[in-house]
Amino acid sequence: MTMTATNEGTRRPGEPNRVVLRVAGLDVDIRTPSGEIRAVSGTGFVARAGQTLALLGESGCGKSMTAKAIAGLLDPVAHVSGGTVELDGKDLNRMSAKERRKVAGAELGIVFQDALTVLNPVYPVGVQLGEAFRIHRGLSAKAARKEAIALMKRVGIPEPESRVDAFPHQFSGGMRQRILIAMAVALSPKLLIADEPTTALDVTVQAQIMDLLRRLRQEENMAVVLITHDLAVVAEEADDVSVMYAGTVAEQGPVEQVFATPRHPYTKGLLESVPVDAERGSNLSSIPGSPPELKNIPAGCVYQDRCPLARELCRQERPVLREVAPGQQAACHFSELLATDETLEEIKS
Amino acid sequence: MSQTTQDLPGTGPAPAGPALPDANRKALRETKSTTPSLFRLLLRDKFACSGAVVLLAVLLTAIFGPALMGDLATKQNLLFANKAPFNPANGWEYFLGSDSLGRSVLARLVVATRTTLMVAVPAVAVAMIIGSLWGVWAGYHRGWRENVSMRLADIIMSFPSLLLAVVVLYVFSPSVANIVAILALTRIPIYLRTARAESAELQSRTFVDAARTFGARPNAIIGRHVIPVVIPTILTLATLEFCYVMLAESSLSFLGIGIQPPDVSWGLLVSQGRQYLQTAWWLSIFPGLAIVITAISANLLAAWLRIATDPSQRWRLAVPGRKKLITRIPAKESK
Amino acid sequence: MLTYLRKRIVSSALPLVVVIVGVFALARLTGNPASLYLPLNATDQMRADFAARNGLDQPLLAQMADYFGGVLQLDFGTSLRTGESAAAMALRAFPATLQLAATTMVLAIVLAVIVGSWAALKPNGVADRISSFISMAAASIPDFWLAIVGIWVFAITLGWVPTSGVAGAAAWVLPIGTLVMRPFGALVQVVRGAMVSALAEPYIKLARSKGASQSRVVTRHALRNAAAPALTVAGDLTVGLVNGAVVVETIFGWPGIGKLMIDSILQRDFAVLQACVLLTALAIFVLNIVIDLLYALLDPRVRPASAASRRAKARQAAVPVQSAPA
Repeated sequence: MTMTATNEGTRRPGEPNRVVLRVAGLDVDIRTPSGEIRAVSGTGFVARAGQTLALLGESGCGKSMTAKAIAGLLDPVAHVSGGTVELDGKDLNRMSAKERRKVAGAELGIVFQDALTVLNPVYPVGVQLGEAFRIHRGLSAKAARKEAIALMKRVGIPEPESRVDAFPHQFSGGMRQRILIAMAVALSPKLLIADEPTTALDVTVQAQIMDLLRRLRQEENMAVVLITHDLAVVAEEADDVSVMYAGTVAEQGPVEQVFATPRHPYTKGLLESVPVDAERGSNLSSIPGSPPELKNIPAGCVYQDRCPLARELCRQERPVLREVAPGQQAACHFSELLATDETLEEIKS
Repeated sequence: MSQTTQDLPGTGPAPAGPALPDANRKALRETKSTTPSLFRLLLRDKFACSGAVVLLAVLLTAIFGPALMGDLATKQNLLFANKAPFNPANGWEYFLGSDSLGRSVLARLVVATRTTLMVAVPAVAVAMIIGSLWGVWAGYHRGWRENVSMRLADIIMSFPSLLLAVVVLYVFSPSVANIVAILALTRIPIYLRTARAESAELQSRTFVDAARTFGARPNAIIGRHVIPVVIPTILTLATLEFCYVMLAESSLSFLGIGIQPPDVSWGLLVSQGRQYLQTAWWLSIFPGLAIVITAISANLLAAWLRIATDPSQRWRLAVPGRKKLITRIPAKESK
Repeated sequence: MLTYLRKRIVSSALPLVVVIVGVFALARLTGNPASLYLPLNATDQMRADFAARNGLDQPLLAQMADYFGGVLQLDFGTSLRTGESAAAMALRAFPATLQLAATTMVLAIVLAVIVGSWAALKPNGVADRISSFISMAAASIPDFWLAIVGIWVFAITLGWVPTSGVAGAAAWVLPIGTLVMRPFGALVQVVRGAMVSALAEPYIKLARSKGASQSRVVTRHALRNAAAPALTVAGDLTVGLVNGAVVVETIFGWPGIGKLMIDSILQRDFAVLQACVLLTALAIFVLNIVIDLLYALLDPRVRPASAASRRAKARQAAVPVQSAPA
C-alpha cells in the first residue's frame, strides 16, 4: 500500500480558510421504472479548512444525496450526471475507481446517521476502526489494533483497551456514534462529511457528539460538511450554510448573515417557523403545502407552489443562484423584496 | 433491490425519498387496472407458458395415451429387438427405439406416464389437503395444538422414508395406492409447516381480530379469512412438490421398492434399462429425460406462480423489459 | 453451554426414540427373517430354534425392552447375515459415506460461494443465469438418472472413469459429481440471496467510505454476513446427504452406510438396520451442534442456545430447498 499524502494535508495553520471542497453544477439522476429523475440539480458550494458548512433542508430535499455523490457512495440506481466535485483541486468525478478509493477514508471521511446498521455486526469495533489503517497504510493487524485503541481514547470512549474487542451491539447509541466519528477521522482527512450525525440520538448525547465534532475539526483543521434539518444546530455549529430545496440550492452564505437577512422566501419561511422570540400564545407561522415530488418538479421556480410571493415570472423562468449581498447568494427573482425586516405576510400584503 | 428510500433520512412525503416506491406503487396500480387475469399474464411469460403447455401435454398423454398405445407397449417383436432410436426406417412406433423384447420404447413411455401421474398427482393432492388444513388449524389456535403438530412433523420428517416404503411393500401389496399413501404421509409436514407459519401470522392481524370481535367462530374465521389467503402459497408449493414427489417415486421404483412390474413408471423404466446401458442406452436415457422435462416444467410454473400470486410482486410480470426474473427457483428474494 | 447442550439433547431425544421404536416395529413387519436365512425345506423345529436363538420368539415389547437394555450397555446386537457385531458393521461402513458427504459438501460450498457471490454482484448477469439454470436443473434431475448418464458418457463411451468401486481417485469423480449437484443448486441461490441483501446493507457503504476495494468489501464484509444463512442450509443439505446417499451408493457400489441400510432392510437384518439408523441419528445430532456453534461464531449477536431458532427462521426463508428424496 502506498503512503498517501495524509499528514501533509492537515494542520496548516497558515491557511485556515483554504478552500478544500468546491462543488459546482452537480447533477444526480435516479433511475426508476418510469424513467430518470433528477434528484439533485445544479448544486454548488465550497467548504473551507477548519470551518463547517451546513447543508440545510427538509428530508428528501437532496442534501443527503449530494453528500453521497461527493463521497462517491451513491446507490446503484443513482449516478452523477454532471458537474464537478473538487477536493483540493482534484475533480473526484474524473478519477478512476481506484484513485477514488485512495481518497476515500484517507482524504475524505464520512460519518453516517444510524450507527447501529452502519457498523458491521460481525466484527469487533477495533477491527473496523483499524481497517482504514490496514487499507491505506498497510499496517499489520496488531499495529492497527493499537491505532484503534488510540482513536477510541481520542473520541472519549472509556476503557478502550478492553472495549476494543467488543462488538457494535454491545455499545450504547452515543458510543457507537463516537466510534463512527473516530473511524471517519482515523487518517486525518481534509474533508469530513457528517450526514445527520445526531438525528438518532438523545438531546444530551447530541450535544456531546457536536462538541466532539467541533473539537476534532479544530484539531485537524478539517473542512466539515454538516448535513442537517436542524436550524438550531446550524446556527450553533456552522460557519456557512447552504439551504437546499427540491434538489437545488435556494440560498447560501455565512450563517449569521443568511439567518439575519434571509433573501429567499423559503429560508425566511423556515426561520419564521422557529419559535425564537415568539410570545406565549401567539401563532407560529408555518410553510403551507409540501415539497414537490421529484418527478413532477414544475417548470420555473421549484418553490413556486408554496411561495407567498410567486408571480407569473416564477412560473415561467427558473431563478438562478446569484449574488444578492456580499458573500450571500439566493435563487429568487424577488430576493430584493426580502431585504426588509418585515415578515413574509407583511411583504405579501 | 432498490433501496433508495432507506438511504435518505426521514420518510415524510418528501420529493427525493419515496420516488422509487412511488413509481412501484404506480406500476402496481396500473397492473391492477390494465393487466387482468392470471391467464393473460401466463401467456406473456414464455418460460412459464411453455412449462404449462408441457404439463398439459403430459396430462393428456396420461389420460388418453394408454388407450391408444397400450397394446403396442406390450407387443413383443423379437425381429425388432434393440433397435436404435431416430431411424425412420423402423416406423413411427420405434422412433424412440425398442427394448430387448422388441417393445416400442415410445409406447412404454406413454403407458408409464399414466402410472407416474397416478402416483404423483394423488400423493400431492392428499398431502396438500391434509397438511395445509392441519397447519392452518394448528397455526390459528397456537398453544399446545401447534407444539404437538410441529413435533409430529419433525418426527415424520426424520423418519427414514425408505424403510416405510419397504414395510408397505412387504406387509401390504406394493400397489399404486400404497405408494401414494407413503409419499403423501412423508410430505404432509412440508404443507403443515408452511400453512402453520402463514396462519399463525394471519391470526394476529387486525382483520382476523375484527372478525373475532364480531363473534365469528374459529372454524368460520379459518374458512373465511385464513384459508383464502393461504391458498396461493400452498398451490405454489404443491406445484414444486409435484416435481419432488415424482422424483421420489422414481427413486423408489429405481431401487425396486416402488412400482412393480408388469406396471411401469418412468423411474422403473430407467432402472430396467440400466443393465442394457452398454448396448441400448436409449432404454434408460429417454424415460429419465421425460422425468427431467416434466420436472423442469413444474419448476418453471411454480416459480412464475410464486410471483403471480403475490400481489406485491405481480407488477414485475407486467413491467416490460423484465429479464428472466421468474426463472429463479429458490424462495423469496431475501429483501 | 451446558444448558444449551441439555436443551439440545432433550429436543433431539424424543424424535430419536420415536424413530428407533418405529424402525424396530416396522422392520419386524417386513416379515420373518427365518424365511430368508433358512433353507426352503426347513422344519418347524429349525424355524423355532432360529427364532429362539435370535430372540424373535419373544413378544415385540419384550424384544424392544431387551434391545434398549442392550443399547444402554453399548450392545447393539449382532447381524443375522454375518454374525458380526451390528455396531462394528455400521461403524465400518460409516467412514465411506462420511468421506463422500464431506468431499461433496466442501466442493458444493466452495462452488456455491464463488458462483453465488458473482451472481449477487451482477444480478441477471452471466453467473446469475448459469446458477439459476443449474439450480433449476438440480431440483429437476433425478440423481439416479444423472448417475446413469454419467456412467454412460464418462465410463462407457469415453472410458475415463470406472463404473463403480472405491479404488483410486477416478472412482470418486462420478459419485461426487452426481451428489454435488443438488447441494450446489440449493446453496448457490441461498448464497446469492444472502449476498444481495448483505451488499445492500449500510455497513457496506461504511466499508466503501474507508476506501475498501471491491474484493475486500465482498469477501470481508458481505460474505462474512451472508455466511450464517448459507450455513443453515448447508447443514440441512449435509443431513440430507448422510441420509440420502442410498441411491448413489447403490449405483456406484460405494460401501457406505446408505448401501448397508438398504441391504439390511432387504435382508431383514434388523440389528444392523437399527445400528445404522442410530448411528446416522447420532451423526446428525453432532452435526447440528457443530452448526449451532459455528453459527454463533459467525454471528457474535447469537449465542449457541438461540442459534437453533435462528436457523429455523433462516430455513423458513428458504422453503423450497429440500434435501434429496428417500
